[in-house]
Amino acid sequence: MDSSIEVHQVTKIFGSKTEQALQLLRSGVDKGEIRERCGCNVGVNQASFNIQHGELFVIMGLSGSGKSTLLRCLNRLIEPTSGNIIINNQNIVTMSKQDLLKFRQKQVSMVFQQFALLPHRTVAENVAFGLEIQNVPKSERQRVAEEKLSLVGLEGWGNQYPENLSGGMKQRVGLARALANDPAILLMDEAFSALDPLIRDEMQRELLNLQDKLHKTVVFITHDLNEALRLGARIALMKDGEIVQIGTPDDIIANPANDYVAKFVRGVDITKVLVASDVMRPALPLLSQNDSPRIALRVLNETGLSSGFVVDSAKRLLGIVSADRLANAIAQQREVLTESDIEVVTPVHANAHLDHLVNMILRSKYPLPVIDDEGVLCGLIFKSSILEAFASQGGDAYAPAVAASSMGQ
Amino acid sequence: MLPRLPLAAWVNDIVHWLYVLIGPFLGDVANVIRVVVDGATNGLSAVPWWIVVLVLAVLAYLSGKWKLTLGTIIGLTLIFDLGLWDDMITTLVLVILSALVSVVIGLPLGIWSAKSRKAYRVIAPLLDLMQTMPSFVYLVPVLIFFDIGLVPAIFATVIFAMPPAIRLTRLGILQVPGNLVEAATAFGTTDWQLLWKVQIPLAIPSIKAGVNQTIMLSLSMVVIASMIGAGGLGADVMSALETVNVGQGFEAGISIVILAIILDRVSQKLGRDKPIMVESD
Repeated sequence: MDSSIEVHQVTKIFGSKTEQALQLLRSGVDKGEIRERCGCNVGVNQASFNIQHGELFVIMGLSGSGKSTLLRCLNRLIEPTSGNIIINNQNIVTMSKQDLLKFRQKQVSMVFQQFALLPHRTVAENVAFGLEIQNVPKSERQRVAEEKLSLVGLEGWGNQYPENLSGGMKQRVGLARALANDPAILLMDEAFSALDPLIRDEMQRELLNLQDKLHKTVVFITHDLNEALRLGARIALMKDGEIVQIGTPDDIIANPANDYVAKFVRGVDITKVLVASDVMRPALPLLSQNDSPRIALRVLNETGLSSGFVVDSAKRLLGIVSADRLANAIAQQREVLTESDIEVVTPVHANAHLDHLVNMILRSKYPLPVIDDEGVLCGLIFKSSILEAFASQGGDAYAPAVAASSMGQ
Repeated sequence: MLPRLPLAAWVNDIVHWLYVLIGPFLGDVANVIRVVVDGATNGLSAVPWWIVVLVLAVLAYLSGKWKLTLGTIIGLTLIFDLGLWDDMITTLVLVILSALVSVVIGLPLGIWSAKSRKAYRVIAPLLDLMQTMPSFVYLVPVLIFFDIGLVPAIFATVIFAMPPAIRLTRLGILQVPGNLVEAATAFGTTDWQLLWKVQIPLAIPSIKAGVNQTIMLSLSMVVIASMIGAGGLGADVMSALETVNVGQGFEAGISIVILAIILDRVSQKLGRDKPIMVESD
């Protein structure tokens, strides 16, 4: 897949002697010294990365790390001091003002931390703002506004004013507004940071759902590593204007590029990072629907288990059967397993996050079966596998939490 | 000893030079304004007084309170009863036209000075000058250019009443939250769209306050304007002063106050559909 956004050596220096500061920066002088020598502040320091079409790319860093500045360079709300940004074979940095307006109108939209809804316009008028700028006829604007509002779950709110909406709803309007001109690229600047945790969680889930449907190229800025890990297909970590590491969430957790990243990662709630397929073990032994009860019982006896999972010929999970039921079937002289022999169990999806599974696992008598999209059984999660995961990832902070919840069973 | 700066002579020279240069042109401008003013005054005077009262009462009612409506009817009836109706109409025309000219010139200047730092650097000291220079000082050159009558009165009133329209328009536009301007810019607005779709709508409360202040300052000039032949209620106050007739002075004075209260309340509240809540970061 080709890249949607290519960023080459983008630098932003605030101050008057930017040329001099740029020279110094290129010759390797550090930020603090440049500030002393020419009074310039380095906002973004030679950042380079590529973002794929349809990728959800997270730029994460603490406040002052230059992440918001970098994001604003992408649509030139802030003019980069040097470097190139290539989007759709066009260099954004050298674009004429006219082309830049077209680019902002058609190809890129932005969602803001403080929502930035226009208070004198209704929700629908806010959503249609980008289209109004392009002189789209009113009836078409209304149609699109309604469509996008229902996409974000706000149908019927079009005639309200933003002041009547809760924070979460306002940001849904912000999202609908950004989607209204159907841009290829969405820039999201700490979009969920102003929301309370429950709403934030909900909005993150919804963004992922939307992304599954719409496949936009999303650049998401956050200071929250948990959010970054949950949303990002890849994450760029920024510190002092530099990109310190770029990688998938697993890369970043497993191989922190330096102490700074490691320090970040130490505080991560790994139940939000790991998914079922990360901690599952091979489902052995497997019983087939076509096995006779006698053979099935022998398999169980050989492995010393009291029950086993049953799959059909395509390895799709059917349920669980106990040794007692098998013995019954044998006593009744039956040659095949019937539906009544098989107890139905609730499987979990391979992509389910651990934080949703911990309680299920602790409560269940059996290991949790893990299935993929087709329903094929791909592994089992045991109580012990969860604890192992905590131990191996060094998440000591969470072990007491698990202990406490298992005591409550 | 410092040689005395011949500032007075310079100013005299400049005024004379200006008179020769643009005097005829200003004469034409004055004639146009005079036609408008006379038309408005004669037109309003021809309307039966109770229709004017009715119209103003409806405006008062639209701007909110029945108390104001009642006050308007009683106050205007009192002015009619005192025999000051025609003078009141003259003053009303003077005030409305002055305020109109002030707003028509002041709003664009306010917008410009909000958008351009350079423009503000030039306009700001001019505004200070207009607001602090005693009005008698510029009444004289205005007389040279326009002769006596309503026209120079309007001109002098505009000089005095325009600054708040400019200042409050600028303030209103600068107070539009930066994140809203940024959001609009991110959607690809031109400067013009940004101004009309975001900045001006959000600056409306402040602009309205400026218009209100302009109207009030115009009213406060009516007595001074009468000294250069503007007529109206100001002239009644002046003649009362000259004859030391306290009672007549009070009648004219209370009429000005009644007009002021009506214009103030109506201009403050009219057209305010809903309060705009601007969230700050």
